Amino acid sequence: MRGFPEYFTFWHIAGHYALRFTAYLVLAFLILPILVIIPLSFNAEPFFTFTQGMLALDPDAYSLRWYNEIITDQKWTLAIRNSFIIGIAAAFLATVLGTIAAVGLASPWMPFKRLITALLLSPMIVPLIIIAAGMFFFYTSFGLVGTFPGLIIAHAALGVPFVIITVTATLAGFDRSLFSAGISLGASPVKVFWDVVIPLIRPGVISGGLFAFVTSFDEVVLVLFLAGPEQRTIPRQMFSGLREQINPTILAVATLLVFLSVALLVTLEVLRRRSERLRGAE
Amino acid sequence: MKHKSILLMAGALALGAQGVVAQDLTVTSFGGAYGAAQKEHMIDPYVAETGTNILFEDYGGGVAEMKAQSESGNIQWDVVDIEVIDLERACSEGYVAVIDHSILPDGDDGTPAAEDFIPAALHECGVGNIVWSIIFAHADGAYPEGGPTTIEDFFDIEAFPGKRGLRKRPQVNMEWALMADGVAPEDVYAALETEEGQARAFAKLDTIKDDIVWYDSWSQAPVLLNDGGAQMVQSANGRIFAAIKEEDAPFTMVWDSHVYDLDVWAVMEGTEKVDAALDFIKFSTRTVPLSGMQDVAYGPTRKSAQALLPEDVKQDLPTAHLEEGLKADGIFWADYGESLGEKFNEWLLQ
Amino acid sequence: MSDTTAGTLGGKPDRLGKQDARNAAREVRARRVRAFLFVMPLLIFIMFAFVAPIASMLFRSAYNPTVAELVPASLEALADWDGEGSPPEAAQAQFALDMKRLANDRTSGQLAEEINRFLPGTSSVVKSTARELRRTDDAELSANGAALLLEADEEWGDPGIWRALRKAGQTYTSSYYLTALDLEMTRDGTIQQRDTQIYLKLYGKTLWMALIITLLTLILGYPLAFHMAHCSTSRANFLMVFVLLPFWTSLLVRTTSWIALLQTNGVVNSTLISLGVTDDPLELLYTQFSTIIAMTHILLPFMVLPLYSVMRGIDPSYMRAAMSMGSRPIPAFLRIYLPMSLPGLSAGALLVFIISVGYYITPALVGGTDGQMISNIIAFHMQQSNNWELAAALGSLLLVLIIALYWLYDRFVGAGNIKLG
Repeated sequence: MRGFPEYFTFWHIAGHYALRFTAYLVLAFLILPILVIIPLSFNAEPFFTFTQGMLALDPDAYSLRWYNEIITDQKWTLAIRNSFIIGIAAAFLATVLGTIAAVGLASPWMPFKRLITALLLSPMIVPLIIIAAGMFFFYTSFGLVGTFPGLIIAHAALGVPFVIITVTATLAGFDRSLFSAGISLGASPVKVFWDVVIPLIRPGVISGGLFAFVTSFDEVVLVLFLAGPEQRTIPRQMFSGLREQINPTILAVATLLVFLSVALLVTLEVLRRRSERLRGAE
Repeated sequence: MKHKSILLMAGALALGAQGVVAQDLTVTSFGGAYGAAQKEHMIDPYVAETGTNILFEDYGGGVAEMKAQSESGNIQWDVVDIEVIDLERACSEGYVAVIDHSILPDGDDGTPAAEDFIPAALHECGVGNIVWSIIFAHADGAYPEGGPTTIEDFFDIEAFPGKRGLRKRPQVNMEWALMADGVAPEDVYAALETEEGQARAFAKLDTIKDDIVWYDSWSQAPVLLNDGGAQMVQSANGRIFAAIKEEDAPFTMVWDSHVYDLDVWAVMEGTEKVDAALDFIKFSTRTVPLSGMQDVAYGPTRKSAQALLPEDVKQDLPTAHLEEGLKADGIFWADYGESLGEKFNEWLLQ
Repeated sequence: MSDTTAGTLGGKPDRLGKQDARNAAREVRARRVRAFLFVMPLLIFIMFAFVAPIASMLFRSAYNPTVAELVPASLEALADWDGEGSPPEAAQAQFALDMKRLANDRTSGQLAEEINRFLPGTSSVVKSTARELRRTDDAELSANGAALLLEADEEWGDPGIWRALRKAGQTYTSSYYLTALDLEMTRDGTIQQRDTQIYLKLYGKTLWMALIITLLTLILGYPLAFHMAHCSTSRANFLMVFVLLPFWTSLLVRTTSWIALLQTNGVVNSTLISLGVTDDPLELLYTQFSTIIAMTHILLPFMVLPLYSVMRGIDPSYMRAAMSMGSRPIPAFLRIYLPMSLPGLSAGALLVFIISVGYYITPALVGGTDGQMISNIIAFHMQQSNNWELAAALGSLLLVLIIALYWLYDRFVGAGNIKLG
């Protein structure tokens, strides 16, 4: 046996392999359900199940018809456009406000820091249904229900905690004397913020923005309550599809979303490495 | 690079704030095969003729969504397709607007609208769109020995085991329970007005409660039969008809004790697009668009459209089965929909 | 600060000290203000976009002016009635007039619905009466209101419905909270349990399901995190992809997967049948089981990530030392490793529990009737029954529960220590 200490008995070793086996089972449980929808999305039949032909790998049993459906169905194209508009605008709003606030929160002089941090992070913890109901009541009086600005504001509020968390994490490694150094060299605080602070915390800002974007992009409860027919988003369209007419167009969309999350995952990993490098360089 | 992406985001923000190209008219109906027929014969021709942009939405029926829009003041729909079973309530509670029938055009054969429409189709708050029916159907494979043929069979778990798909609402389910329990169709609504009658209906539903699969939208009914989620389903007749006709689905329809009703086009009270909404209704309830609803075995509400139907289609329409059925009572449901809805939901949670 | 005072050295030391202190205090204040100014835009935004909506929901749960606005004159006429026997003729006549007006404005349905909440079964009485009185002459109604009401429906002879009307007319009320707690107030003002217990049972079920989901994620997540924490960094990073991919994949996508897997003719059932485990497909979807398994899958990364980051920091030599000294693995694990991994465990468990208590989408899509949780009934009252006040009261109770859990989390883990990815 390789590498086991000599005091290990047979049961130690069996336990070690059992543990490893369990870990792989759990990984399979995590990943397989997501992978199973990919082949199903190429089903030639309007069902959610593998047909005999698919199992026999008959090429005729596979088709791109559901992908075609996404492109040709006005509802899906509208939903895709809406998701990006709302997601980008909400992420922008959350990132700008969140980054500036994170700089304040990272200051050792910040008053009521713990309370305010808890408050700013609470959109992540309060159940969406409560937020949705409250926003429905409150936004109605401002005419924001059924409008793009209403949804953007709502989603920006949900995205704020992620920006705060990621930017605060990068600021934790940030040497505050750089800020004073900039000022003592005669630069204005705004200029120092823009030219010194931002480049250093940029990886955190970008990943916070990505988190905020994904939060909006994946969000459906607020959309259910606040969106009108013209603001339907991809998750909203999937939700009603799953509730009302299950057909593989949803699987095709789901497959595309899986690839989108792979892309996001890679981007974040690159950002994380770059951030580590930057901090290592200090 | 940095500035470019910021510009891009600011652009999206501005675009978002403005709202994307406003749709001209939001029309809401029930989707599925029925929605497809409406799109083909009503929506698409109207868009082609007028150039109006239409957002054709689906909903699951009922008054709740209209009510939420009306009470919060966020009116998001313009035209809505309502079952008459819900229309009376939507009308008396002010969710949909009163319609002046004199604006409706004559039939293609020249008959004035007031005479051309069947009387029930001209409601204070709506213009009839189809005559349809709620039936039940079973999957042929589930009962090789011979399937259920009566509403009693639907409630008979011993003789016909299997899941029953029902739409999650008291409407029609209460009527069926009483008819299966031996109440004559003409006495059903009188019985449902009493506590005893309601209790009797719930008791009958209790006998199959464990075998009921509840669904929210008509379009799920054929899917449930197809996927094996249920062996019998309650359905709008057109959905099963379309599944059999278009996809050769092995289903059988049962007309016994069906509950027939009309669907109407109505205009949301409070919409800013009243004129466009009425214009769409005028167009889509003309003779030819109405006759197109035969694609899903729904009868037209104009006599002039009835005349356009081929003979072999008529036997599949609800109108050929009226004597086996019960007319849905919109007034009863306007008065009792609220309280029975509440009791029904408590019963579901028990 | 010190450099600002450096130039004035040489004056009287005690005055200088005061000056120095004042300057220092001003400087501290300025820095505090500057830090706060950075946070302020976001704070204002969150107050408007998030805090005010939640406050408006809390307010809504106790405030319902609908009836008071619909029939103010009738309520005023009923104010002096003692609640016993029939209300005064004049009050009834006023109400008959109001009913006619409501019927013609098409708002009688709103009144019916509000009264029905206090006396179930009465909405049909109100609605049918409104329909009857719609065309009656005003003079006739003021003269003969009581008799006409009674003629339309004999329920109007019962003082109960009038008491319900008066109660519904209260602008501020605690009754929605009572309903949300399955309580009701009797006529003499004592509070008692309602006959049917719905909401408390549902809260209980929600907590129970959240607990089971938390335990399942723990049982599955602990060995995985342990294994990942004890293999090489490159391997751990590779395995991490399998945890992060689901984490980053849309919730709707993951729920869709479970529908495809669990439906009657789905992947799981066809596999089971082809393996000969069962002849007939099992009923897996639209049950409590499917809700729990799908939510476990969705929330598992929230357990694995904090566990992993804590376990990665545990020095393996402790365990090695214990075992080389002859301790058996299980006691060694329980007494040494488990306590050291406790911070990660409690962070993960609290996070999963908090998120599951308020979950809506997955139960709504795969839960069927018995997989519904408290969020679903709130959504139901918001969207289906349109009882917004009850939804708000149920939501407020849920909020209190969540805040209590969040407070625990903040106390034991620290809200600022949430790690992402």
